[in-house]
Amino acid sequence: MSYDATTLWGIVLAVGVLTLALRLSFILLFGRVDDVPTRVERTLELVPAAVLAALVVPAVVALDTSLSLVAEPAKVVAAVVAAGVAWRTENVLATIAVGMGVLWLVGAVV
Amino acid sequence: MLGVVPFGLITGISAIDVGFDAVQTVAMSVVVFAGASQLALIELVGDRAPVAVVVATAAVVNLRYLMYSASIAPYFRDFSPPWKWLSAYALTDQSYAVAVTEFRDDEPGIGRRRWYYLGAAFALWGVWVVSTAVGVVIGGSVPPGLSLEFAVPLTFLALLVPSLKDRLSGLVGVVAGGVAIPAAALPLDLGLVAAALTGLTVGVLVDTFTDWPGDEPDEDTEGER
Repeated sequence: MSYDATTLWGIVLAVGVLTLALRLSFILLFGRVDDVPTRVERTLELVPAAVLAALVVPAVVALDTSLSLVAEPAKVVAAVVAAGVAWRTENVLATIAVGMGVLWLVGAVV
Repeated sequence: MLGVVPFGLITGISAIDVGFDAVQTVAMSVVVFAGASQLALIELVGDRAPVAVVVATAAVVNLRYLMYSASIAPYFRDFSPPWKWLSAYALTDQSYAVAVTEFRDDEPGIGRRRWYYLGAAFALWGVWVVSTAVGVVIGGSVPPGLSLEFAVPLTFLALLVPSLKDRLSGLVGVVAGGVAIPAAALPLDLGLVAAALTGLTVGVLVDTFTDWPGDEPDEDTEGER
């Protein structure tokens, strides 16, 4: 069973409106609030690390039903190498290219 | 800016894969215009997560726009309302980074600020929408077995690593990533929201009750332990 077209449109519009509201928030409010409280700002600065780590890690390692860690070796190696590339270059294209290359290489060998 | 191309291709390919049609996929890139949240949304639609969870997860991924909005607001203060709305719509990781650097260093006047920012932002917008559309077109002809879906976490990884810039954000990443492993078993696909909020909470508590300095470069390089 999959979502019908109306539901998909609804999701797109809802996420679009929420995202625009987040982007507009302080741009519209500025002038009414004097300044962003430091605490809010410090918290918001931590959002990318939290969200992105929560997106990346489960794609590489998982728990099986007996609560032990399972992972495909090729994915682990590819992710570690790609993390190194991202660290050195901060380049999205290079990170994806090297990561996929390593995944295919290790997948072909193992 | 070219780093956006594979991101857009992957978004187009994977949206078609989980049941979006071509028009919906391109419309999503126009309406939402935020790659990471689009990919999270697509993945959850593929998992048949409840609609509210899909929307909430995408919103959590986009919480960082609050930070950009707060940080860039002073430079948009003297724009008229329509320009404010347009500038806000076009606010992304890239346009924010480019504009804030430029505004801070050169302190340009309002006209130059407007055109510089919107020029950069809408160039990116064009690349994003077109690369999503190209992803839609080539999506059906990608041979299976290439594990292209792994390019999605790799894209997130490429964005994650530079965001781990000090000990505190490193800790937040490790906690959120660590919690995300067992949290993947949570019902309703609430794993991402739970893991991200846990990481954030720990980060705020540590920030409140310790005096860890803000930008001490550290070796907490990665999120996958």
